[in-house]
Amino acid sequence: MTDTLTPVLTANWDQPDSFTLAGYSRFGGYKALPKALAMGPDDVIATVKDAALRGRGGAGFPTGMKWSFIPQNDGKPHYLTVNADESEPGTCKDIPLMMANPHVLIEGIIITCYAIRASHAFIYVRGEVLHVIRRLQYAVAQAYEAGYLGKDILGSGFDLEVVVHAGAGAYICGEETALLTSLEGYRGLPRNRPPFPAVEGLYASPTVINNVESISSVPSIIADGSNWFAGLGTEKSKGFGIFSLSGHVKIPGQYEAPLGITLRELIDLAGGMLRPGHPLKFWTPGGSSTPLLTHEHLDIPLDFEGVAAAGSMLGTRALQIFDDTTCVLRAALRWTEFYQHESCGKCTPCREGSYWMVRTLQRLENGAGTDEDLETILDVGDNIIGRAFCALGDAVPVPITSAIKYFKDEIIQHQKNGGCPFDPAASTAWAV
Amino acid sequence: MPFSEETLTRLKADAAEITGRYPRARSALLPLLYLVQAEEGYVSDEGMAFCAEVLGITQTEVRGVATFYTMYKHEPAAEYQVGVCTNTTCAIMGGDQIYAELAEHLGGDAHGNGHHDIKSPDGKVAVERLECNAACDYAPVVMVNWEFFDNQTPQSAKKLVDDLRAGENVKPTRGPNRLCTWKQANRILAGFGDGQAAEGPSAGPASLVGLKLAKERGWKAPEPS
Repeated sequence: MTDTLTPVLTANWDQPDSFTLAGYSRFGGYKALPKALAMGPDDVIATVKDAALRGRGGAGFPTGMKWSFIPQNDGKPHYLTVNADESEPGTCKDIPLMMANPHVLIEGIIITCYAIRASHAFIYVRGEVLHVIRRLQYAVAQAYEAGYLGKDILGSGFDLEVVVHAGAGAYICGEETALLTSLEGYRGLPRNRPPFPAVEGLYASPTVINNVESISSVPSIIADGSNWFAGLGTEKSKGFGIFSLSGHVKIPGQYEAPLGITLRELIDLAGGMLRPGHPLKFWTPGGSSTPLLTHEHLDIPLDFEGVAAAGSMLGTRALQIFDDTTCVLRAALRWTEFYQHESCGKCTPCREGSYWMVRTLQRLENGAGTDEDLETILDVGDNIIGRAFCALGDAVPVPITSAIKYFKDEIIQHQKNGGCPFDPAASTAWAV
Repeated sequence: MPFSEETLTRLKADAAEITGRYPRARSALLPLLYLVQAEEGYVSDEGMAFCAEVLGITQTEVRGVATFYTMYKHEPAAEYQVGVCTNTTCAIMGGDQIYAELAEHLGGDAHGNGHHDIKSPDGKVAVERLECNAACDYAPVVMVNWEFFDNQTPQSAKKLVDDLRAGENVKPTRGPNRLCTWKQANRILAGFGDGQAAEGPSAGPASLVGLKLAKERGWKAPEPS
């Protein structure tokens, strides 16, 4: 029987030098690299496929399969871009991972690039995290000095350059095609697919884009084997992941566990809800783009299938937890304002829809809504989903439509009440 | 104001290093904008003209990019840019109250809904709203020059701003021992380290709660067979 928590990526974070080459090597770091370099690149891909690692950035696409889409012997350079633009509201796993253990990411990058035959990798990290950027720059420099990066890595004949590239404040750049456009030095606008990045990505060359945690999971898969990794988790969601608890729990933070753990177990580990007498009201399983769930869903397995069956998505395992002091309309409005602020403006339904949705929601929150407003909101939402280039558009209606699904009466109550019936002071961290 | 010859020579050397990192020079535009922002505290017309010249593109192309991304300022920034996260989790945990009290403390509009700066009269500090900064387990979060100030309260945030205005040493929760200035921060974003990566904790307390619990209970990942 597997233990409830299984620290792998987080195992060395409590070491004062965990972010250094020495602090990583002491915990088995850089042992997977020579093993990978002794395998053929295709065998590395096969091992990651066998492990059934699925993307940890939200979508859950099989990582090994993504790598295998890169055409070989095509005469074009191949690229790896690591999506370290962690900006999905509630998501806070990659930032502490890169601050505490950047070398596990770098070792994963080297192995991945060897597998997909890339000699240039970019870590596209959001710009608003200065100390994380320092740690990445430092770790990359240390890896060069140690001969893990640069020419003829460990005598294998394999060359690799890694660049730490800071984004500049645009949520949209977490969308993979917008990330590539941004990395090319343009406004971060998404591109239509096909062609997919595996065929025409960065500089129109074959490109793999993977999340930080996905790439960081690769060294342990190579070192300990695909069977070891696939022995954790559930039938279709293998392995472990970092679960990030925030909001109204006693001990918010990072909990690394096999996929399939439940929120009930996690809240219990986190010491329970923050305030006695104030039970769980609603939560996001994986960031603001994943439909809200309620106390009815405390026992669903937090894996890709379990959360999907409950009508939401596992996403980034960003568990934002709210108790009954919280106004669900206020929460949904704020997330919708976020999408409006971050819409890149390329697609009309997303640009205009998010704008009008915010205005309608503000009216509802202020108690001046009409009976028609809820219908209007649902209608506008229906007309955004599937009509924008990228997933940001699809996410715009998610918070409010799921809020209406579970809390319609409360939303209508605002209208009857002539304003929000909740006291925002009661939901703060310092409220008794 | 146009750059002096001496400044231009220095910037050109830095720019050459930046463009040298990329297979195609245009990819260097974001770090180049940070480079000129590090020089002047914002992206000026001269700064954009410099980027355009380095890359052989038009100033309009540069401006189109510079105005898309929120981390580039188009008027002189304060020495310390204070950002209060008012995305949902932080807002509900108290970020809205922190922002309102800080805005009032600096004589600005506490109910303003924009992402624009409220500057202190001495120009040293500016307060703005931020979107989620990936530190939700430390909510409510305040950033200063993109360093983390975790688990803030209205009182701690006002003291932080007062200390910054008084020139006191202010230490981020998860960051170096001393806060760098806005211009210095932008130089790091351009890819030039300041040698302070090893300062500060490996991880903050909330990042470690799962690991600590696992150790207490003897839980770990299975051994490979």
